[in-house]
Amino acid sequence: MRDVAVVGFAQRQMSEFDGSPTCVELLVPIFAECYEQTGFTRKDIGFWCSGSSDYLAGRSFSFVSAVDAIGVIPPVNESHVEMDAAWALYEAWVKIQTGEIDTALVYGFGKASAGVLRRTLALQLDPYAMTPLWPDTVSLAGLQARAGIDAGLWDERAMAEVANRSLTDAEKNQYAVRKGGSSVEELLARPMYADPLRKHDISPVTDGAAAIVLAAGDRARDASDRPAWISGIAHNVDPISMGSRDLTRAPSAAAAAGAVGTGLDGVEVAELHAPFSHQELLLREELGLADDVAVNPSGGPLAGNPMFTGGLIRIGEAARRIWDGSATKVLGHATSGPALQQNLVCVMDASTGSTTGGAR
Amino acid sequence: MSRTLQAPVTVSFDYTRSVGPVLGRFLTGLREGRLVAARTSDGRVVIPPPEFDPVTHLETDDFVEVSPTGVVTSWSWVPEPVAGQPFDRPFAFALVELDGATVPMLHALDVSSPDEVSTGMLVQVRWAEERSGLITDIACFEPVAGPDEVGDGVSGPGRARPELRDEAPTEQSRPGEATGEITTIITPVSLDYLYAASPEESAFYRGLLEGRILGQRCPTCHKVYVPPRSACPVDGVATTDEVELSDKGTVTTFCIVNVPFLGQKITPPYVSAYVLLDGADIAFLHLILDVPAEEVRMGMRVEAVWKPRDEWGTTIENISHFRPTGEPDADYDTYKQHL
Repeated sequence: MRDVAVVGFAQRQMSEFDGSPTCVELLVPIFAECYEQTGFTRKDIGFWCSGSSDYLAGRSFSFVSAVDAIGVIPPVNESHVEMDAAWALYEAWVKIQTGEIDTALVYGFGKASAGVLRRTLALQLDPYAMTPLWPDTVSLAGLQARAGIDAGLWDERAMAEVANRSLTDAEKNQYAVRKGGSSVEELLARPMYADPLRKHDISPVTDGAAAIVLAAGDRARDASDRPAWISGIAHNVDPISMGSRDLTRAPSAAAAAGAVGTGLDGVEVAELHAPFSHQELLLREELGLADDVAVNPSGGPLAGNPMFTGGLIRIGEAARRIWDGSATKVLGHATSGPALQQNLVCVMDASTGSTTGGAR
Repeated sequence: MSRTLQAPVTVSFDYTRSVGPVLGRFLTGLREGRLVAARTSDGRVVIPPPEFDPVTHLETDDFVEVSPTGVVTSWSWVPEPVAGQPFDRPFAFALVELDGATVPMLHALDVSSPDEVSTGMLVQVRWAEERSGLITDIACFEPVAGPDEVGDGVSGPGRARPELRDEAPTEQSRPGEATGEITTIITPVSLDYLYAASPEESAFYRGLLEGRILGQRCPTCHKVYVPPRSACPVDGVATTDEVELSDKGTVTTFCIVNVPFLGQKITPPYVSAYVLLDGADIAFLHLILDVPAEEVRMGMRVEAVWKPRDEWGTTIENISHFRPTGEPDADYDTYKQHL
């Protein structure tokens, strides 16, 4: 395995982006920040990979328009996933492993506020037995939250504790669109919204874009004084059916964690892509995180969850803890699909070692 | 004022889907008011039936009918329903384990407040009045009337499981039924957006409202784009300089439209052409009229024909079409790099 590191990261998040659904206006300054951080120019980037969806943009070929932000004459080596850009990062990591390229810039964008996000996401469900009912994201998460409450795995107080800690930590995050903790008691006194969920249990609809720069070996050392070396990366998926899987579990998260070997031992900071408060509690269990792991010090998805970059941002936020020297081993996690159906883990280290990953 | 122009857009498409033998059996059952589940190799009874066994990966072939009554295993309140959901007023989504099945299925539950629903409550299928072989043939679940009305032993976790019976023969082999097995369904999708033009495109459309054509120049390569783009696709930098362009230009290439199509507004034959406005570096598509189609040629000089001012809006349709200026044709060298 080649040693590959996260060496650049930039993001924007907002409640409502007053701009085009291709977010080109956001991507240009984000890419400029990445060049500034790494010393690379666009000509140094060997591969570009994005995550976005036309269903969110409300137009066709939105990702093709977005490549204007790169500058693609002469043509560049480019790809796209209709998933969170964390999966674009996985594709780029694999591409670097092939030896074909040494550097990649991964980005995602989405203007979720242009439509009704929780409704649009019904299109990712089984089109025969589910989508015709238009089950919205919040309702599906509510079914999962109640299953765990009924099973005694978590309760409303534990969920409120996640929300309160997240909103408190978000006060230090300039990109957070929702911030300001109060107290667990105060949060529990707020009315139910989608019973068993209160509004603070649900990540806010967020517009935004983000980018991460990957580089291998000496290219990474050139670009960063303290690269965040990817020591393990893997992703897995569970069945789409809400009925035939145990909603209180996310076997794909445990499988991804298992595929990076002992890679999660010693993780000090974990950025978990848990768009609903109970999902953080579920993921902690599935990933086997120790009690002293700092979870979502950025504020996490409850403070801002831009569609198609909510996962990539977790990897970027975790990498920043390596860059600033505050941690030596971190985890970035991303999810996609309904109720934690798909899960990706990306473990990063301050030093190079044995890299594991690519689980199938 | 928002910096961008925005307008509502609805994107809709009716997907025609072939359903295959397993889902076809399930959907055909729904049309007949029957609930067809599958036995999987791990001993579970699953509805809707999976097309392939999750363990052996073989095609599902062991079908049973399950009861229209069952228990709620989880539920979530829907305070603000979205378009297309089974109810347009608050309701619950529920996972319901039907009697005879071993895993729950998802559907709506008709209750008017969260106080009326609880995990473990007994519910039953309410069939739609008209059924056509869709999941919505089940209108929803509804609470089963109180224990006094349904008799002893029906509610509660300890009640007896009904005996499963093998699913009845399929449609074709059953004489007297009106229609055959469901093989395809139509699932309409319609999404509403508030679509925004980019800030540069918004300036372009606002310019048209004043009879002006505004482009953007790349600060690096100095190319002028119209309609403008937020970033130069050559250099990947923001296009910072606004440029006003002439409404005269040159036909770079064109086609004669002979084929009628849905929504066509002009009688064929007519010409659709790329017009390179004077001062621009990218041509844009418009109509060439007021001249016989066969006389249009590459290099022809044309000018915009604007609609009456009181018909203008923030739209390219303010320009009705382009027509020949009568000037001599442009030299090929002046536009060859724009082809």
